[in-house]
Amino acid sequence: CVNDLDTTPIDPNISDKDNTYKDLYDYEQGLAKLYAGFAVSGQQGPAGNPDLGGLDEGASQYLRKYWEFQELPTDEALNGWADPGQPALSEITWNPSNELVRILYYRVTFQVTLCNQFIRDLSEASLSSEEDMARIRQMKAEARFVRALAYWHGLDLFGNGIPFTTEETLVGSTPPSPPASGFGGTEIFDYIESELMDITSNDSDEQLKAENTAFVGQADKAAAHMLLSKLYLNAEVYIGQSKWAEAKTSLDKVVAAGYRLEDRYEYNFLADNYLSREIIFPIAFDGVNTQTYGGMTYLINAAVGGDMSAKEYGTSGGWGGNRSTIELVKKFEDQFENQVDPRGIFFKEHNRENTTLPEFKDGYAVGKYKNVTSLGYPGSDPNLSFMDTNFPMFRLADAYLMLAEVEFRMGGSISDWSRIESLWDRAGVPQNIQSQYKAAASVDPAQFLLDERARELYWEGHRRTDLVRFGKFVKDYNWPFKGGSPTGNASIAERYNVLPIPGTELVANPNLKQNPMW
Amino acid sequence: QATWYQGTVVGQSDGLPIPGVNVLIKGTSKGTVTDFDGKFSLDANAGDVLVMSFVGYQTQEVKLSNQTQLSISLAEDMMGLEEIVVIGYGEVKKKDLTGSVEAISTADFNAGPISSPQDLITGKIAGVNITSAGGAPGSAQQIRIRAGSSLNASNDPLIIIDGFPIDNSTIAGMRNPLNSVNPNDIESFTVLKDASATAIYGSRASNGVIIITTKKGTKGNLKVDYSGNVSVNTPTKTVDVLDADQYRQVIEQQYGRDHAAYQTLGNSNTNWQEEVLRTSISTDHNISLSGTVGEKTILPYRASVGYNQNNGILETSSLERITANLNLSPKFFDDHLAVNLNAKGMNVKNRFADTGALGSAIAFDPTQSVYDSNMGRFGGYTTWVDGDGNPITIAPSNPVAMLHQTENTSDVNRFIGNAQFDYRLHFLPDLRFNLNVGMDYANGTGSTINPTTAAWQYNVQDPTQGGYYTEYDQTQTNKLLDFYTQYVKEVPSLKSKFDVMGGYSWQHFKTEQNGFDSNFARSTDDEYYTERPYAFEHYLVSFFGRFNYTFDEKYLLTATLRYDGTSKFGKENRWGLFPSVAMAWNVDKESFLVNSNSISQLKLRAGWGVTGQQDIGSNYGFMPTYVESDVRSQYVYYDPNTGRMMYRTIRPDGYDENLKWEETTTYNVGIDYGFFNDKIYGKIDAYYRETNDMLSEVPVASGSNLTNMLFTNVGSMVNKGIEFSLNTKIVESQDLNIHLGGNVTYNHSEITKLTLVDDPDNDGSILTGGIQGGTGNMVQIHSVGYAPSSFYLYEQVYDDNGKPIEGAYVDRNGDGKIDDEDRYIAGSSVPKWIAGLNFMVNYKRWTLSGSGHGSFGQYVYNNVASQNTFYGNMNVSGFNSNRMTDVTEVGFNDAQYLSDHYLEKGSFFRMDNIMLSYDFEEFWNGKVKARVFATVNNAFVISSYDGLDPEIPNGIDNNVYPRPRSYMLGVNLSF
Repeated sequence: CVNDLDTTPIDPNISDKDNTYKDLYDYEQGLAKLYAGFAVSGQQGPAGNPDLGGLDEGASQYLRKYWEFQELPTDEALNGWADPGQPALSEITWNPSNELVRILYYRVTFQVTLCNQFIRDLSEASLSSEEDMARIRQMKAEARFVRALAYWHGLDLFGNGIPFTTEETLVGSTPPSPPASGFGGTEIFDYIESELMDITSNDSDEQLKAENTAFVGQADKAAAHMLLSKLYLNAEVYIGQSKWAEAKTSLDKVVAAGYRLEDRYEYNFLADNYLSREIIFPIAFDGVNTQTYGGMTYLINAAVGGDMSAKEYGTSGGWGGNRSTIELVKKFEDQFENQVDPRGIFFKEHNRENTTLPEFKDGYAVGKYKNVTSLGYPGSDPNLSFMDTNFPMFRLADAYLMLAEVEFRMGGSISDWSRIESLWDRAGVPQNIQSQYKAAASVDPAQFLLDERARELYWEGHRRTDLVRFGKFVKDYNWPFKGGSPTGNASIAERYNVLPIPGTELVANPNLKQNPMW
Repeated sequence: QATWYQGTVVGQSDGLPIPGVNVLIKGTSKGTVTDFDGKFSLDANAGDVLVMSFVGYQTQEVKLSNQTQLSISLAEDMMGLEEIVVIGYGEVKKKDLTGSVEAISTADFNAGPISSPQDLITGKIAGVNITSAGGAPGSAQQIRIRAGSSLNASNDPLIIIDGFPIDNSTIAGMRNPLNSVNPNDIESFTVLKDASATAIYGSRASNGVIIITTKKGTKGNLKVDYSGNVSVNTPTKTVDVLDADQYRQVIEQQYGRDHAAYQTLGNSNTNWQEEVLRTSISTDHNISLSGTVGEKTILPYRASVGYNQNNGILETSSLERITANLNLSPKFFDDHLAVNLNAKGMNVKNRFADTGALGSAIAFDPTQSVYDSNMGRFGGYTTWVDGDGNPITIAPSNPVAMLHQTENTSDVNRFIGNAQFDYRLHFLPDLRFNLNVGMDYANGTGSTINPTTAAWQYNVQDPTQGGYYTEYDQTQTNKLLDFYTQYVKEVPSLKSKFDVMGGYSWQHFKTEQNGFDSNFARSTDDEYYTERPYAFEHYLVSFFGRFNYTFDEKYLLTATLRYDGTSKFGKENRWGLFPSVAMAWNVDKESFLVNSNSISQLKLRAGWGVTGQQDIGSNYGFMPTYVESDVRSQYVYYDPNTGRMMYRTIRPDGYDENLKWEETTTYNVGIDYGFFNDKIYGKIDAYYRETNDMLSEVPVASGSNLTNMLFTNVGSMVNKGIEFSLNTKIVESQDLNIHLGGNVTYNHSEITKLTLVDDPDNDGSILTGGIQGGTGNMVQIHSVGYAPSSFYLYEQVYDDNGKPIEGAYVDRNGDGKIDDEDRYIAGSSVPKWIAGLNFMVNYKRWTLSGSGHGSFGQYVYNNVASQNTFYGNMNVSGFNSNRMTDVTEVGFNDAQYLSDHYLEKGSFFRMDNIMLSYDFEEFWNGKVKARVFATVNNAFVISSYDGLDPEIPNGIDNNVYPRPRSYMLGVNLSF
């Protein structure tokens, strides 16, 4: 019979539009996908039903790629795996056909598209209780936050020339356009700003939960203020004009939101760091229920190898990839190469120097993240293949340092040391070292801030952005393998301050233009 | 005055009696049929003419004299001009064919231990390339007819078994969908190659059609056939790796005696490949009963049972198959109603061996022993452990353990049954109706079990909770209903014959699967247990028609039309119209040739047609769908007051609402020729195939859809080629016959477009061909101007001694740096030429025959070598790995996966089988006939390829299950 051709999915896990969103719980599942978009690579854990096609699934995971581009091209980390495009990250020699550039670009834009679709679907929600509808509006705010976060990554990495889509954009095959003024324009900056303003406003229909009231893994207004602060802090890079005062306003809100420093520095990076009240917004992982070969599985496994005992880091086996550069190690040492700042969590039985890129043991291993709880118990996955540790995307210590930086930018010096000292005291930095740090700050506050951000926030995915903001990414600073040679090059081409739009994307979307200098 | 005539009919070449020959007194309806011994007797008059006819033999007339004892020998109709060929929805005399169609029946099948139907015709048909995935029992087989016409949709031909088009997707637990048919039950293969032949199957015909017909009941008394054989299978070749002594030297050179690499060396000398490979024995038995119930031909029947025990040459792998086949073909109402009932049942029990063990056997340190008494917690198998005594997860697993500690078994039952009713109207016998209803039901269950001691499933926290247990249960149910009506009218006054057919077809495909993963203890606790259910279905609905017109037996015209609907596309696009037209001219029937001595057969053919394609993985690619995540891919919030809150997530999937048919247009011209009374005969065909609106998975503009890769209609591809086949009967005599045949095909495949919009700067090339080693390395590309999946690599630079210089590649674009832009298309994985060869020498009762096939002009990427010919990482994280002996010649320090050094010419010729057989005198007062035979399968391969075997689907050589050489002894008995 001809009518047989009208089929609908019979798979228990797949449904058509009419059967997907029926009650509030369904929408919660849709929202969870947006957060999970940062954490996992698809709908089957750890792999099997990927979000992105035609790529190695584990390597296509959002956090893994974002972290790689924020850390591997910097003084904080090196990776010499022979995977296609991988060495180019630590060498800063990528080009528009680099596969990892492509994956990162797809991840960011896919995340935006997911949010757009969910906001569209939310707009059609009609649930009976007003309480449910209130939650629907809140979800919409959360979806807009996630979208703003992805757009911020897109802006930070690729600039204003990326496709600009919202819930108004139709799904199909029509290539979307970038903002009218293209690379260097302000539209995406303005959009992120206005979105975040709206979802944090107490007058808005769609607003996030109040500061410091969200579940761990969920965004509230503090997360949005933090994101807004990051946007403002880097405004000069993004749109050519500074927004220090605006940054201070939103940072003040973050600092006043009631978060507090964790008792011990390392507790922010352990399997039970969901208990940390310092973390403002994490990407949540779970060794049993949130499995991926990217995310924290990657971050912990890739940092373990060589002569290290995998079990000590709560994993069944290391992958031997990411380790420190000597420039990072030095920031924790005195002139006799003795480590004096306890925040550096290194495995030092490997070489301190970095001589060959593929050799994992050339460079101290970094043991900052562990799948072990603060009490020393391993994570919940009995096989120790997947990690419980959350990724601390935003935490209070970062806000403290940002605030100090804003103060310096506005006033030329750092006058309020109390918050920075609280970080030092919490970590057990000896008083004499604290004095040395302050002395250095009085000579060159910018250099001090950049170094201090490395000491406090190394391997937390901020470094590339920081180096670009301080003008030290493509010039005036050298570290091993920068520019390709083992000894590094202080200066590399300016175009590396942003990533190129992938070549495949320029073919698929004729509306896009390659970023300048690429 | 009638006389009692008695006679015996035998075959001219073999002298064996032919049962079932129709013996008819010319001009009357009076006649009889020869019995099992080829004997007949009937009343006739001297002067009558007896007409003897039998399929496969030339019809012969004998004028009766006073001689009442007759001895008649029928000449085999090698040319088979009167042979009936099964085509789509009907059958046709071979001489009336207009399309490119080739039929192969029992006598021409390949010999030897054959467990897959595809093996019967490997190398036999021009333009048909059959490649097994490897030498595993029941391994998958890739069939390409005139190369693939599609990029990402299926390139498999449509396969029809006794009128039932089967689903090409494999059943869980079975790798070769055709394995459900016992090759011994197959009567003939018909391969439809050009669109004029295939277009009647419309949307599924772009890659050709293979029609398999199984044996039916014979006329006469009960006939019992038994065939059985035993074969010994041996590995032919292993990868050259460093042996223990060489390995110790290399480790010492690379690391020195003080290094952990040297310190961890063992004292053994283990050849790991020998440890995982074995010589195996397989056996195959078939028995069939056929005949006719009743005095007249009321109920012809054939029933058969087959048993095949196939043991692989990789330890633990085996296949055990039982098949049962029943065919009843009764006729009713004076033959007006012909019923054809087919029932095929099959049970296959597989045990699969992990071919990853082959990779581990190459990589595992040869100085280590297989077993280690200190490794009791890993079942006694030597295992790489870290300082904590736990297995090193990235180290190679012990290959012997991988095989013996993995119990990957399946149990598949399949039933294909259909009933065809063919009714000719009593008052208008020219008009017939044909109804075909059928069902293909398959159920595959299976499990993979690793004990808690399996090192790669070891639970470091609680060893009792380790191991692995997964189970699946899949059911596929495909239903069919076909109905067509046909009207055939000969109008002698117009010298014309009309044949019109029209019909309707409905088919439903449904797959349901359930399964779970857990640990060995089959714990259902959250952290160990995952359920994985899924289900999908699709429908095809079609209307079709065919018109044949023949004028004067010389000029033939065929036109077909099919209108197909599929549930895989949206309402606006789901219907497609697929026409074809073909003409043929039987030149040999023209007056100027009809008496020619030299030219015995000459036919010219030309055809055009359009076929479609809808076979993409997704059933709902045109509509918005949402997929829920499994329990391992949830998002977990933490509420400080209530604890954890987990959500399975919902993802909207990408879709293209305009998804539509891929269309392939085929032009074909051909010549059928025969010389000297068909002592030499064959075919020449030339084809041009263009596929448009290809169903391709291409990158879409970010933000435009809910995916980065979308199945959509983009691009074009052209396949063109020439096929040539030649069969000769070099010697034909009473005692000695020599036949020699062969075929050659030239094919050129080229992608002509890959983007929606033309862009001079970029043709939309897509990387493909993932390899093992590293993460995400791909060595092939779909690119405009080249064959699909062409190799895309860097051009290696060599020093004066011909040694590759590590990391040095030719700067092909001359921009002074080596980057992605310097990769080039280094060759194609699609062969330019394919060829088949077969011979038969028969002397009295001895017959020596053989066949082989080859492919030429394609390249193979040696992934085994690229993973194992560098010095780096021979010791990492506490374990050692071995390398191939070539490492000393190549000498790279790090893997160079993208170097064209690893791309090799893949041309080869394989002698598939050589058989020697002897036909015995009849035993037991002539009641039993016997034939014994010995064969060698995979006798030899001629190739310059350095790896184990150049014959690899898609051209990337890695962990291919080695094809064994098999020696077989067999017997056929008939009584």
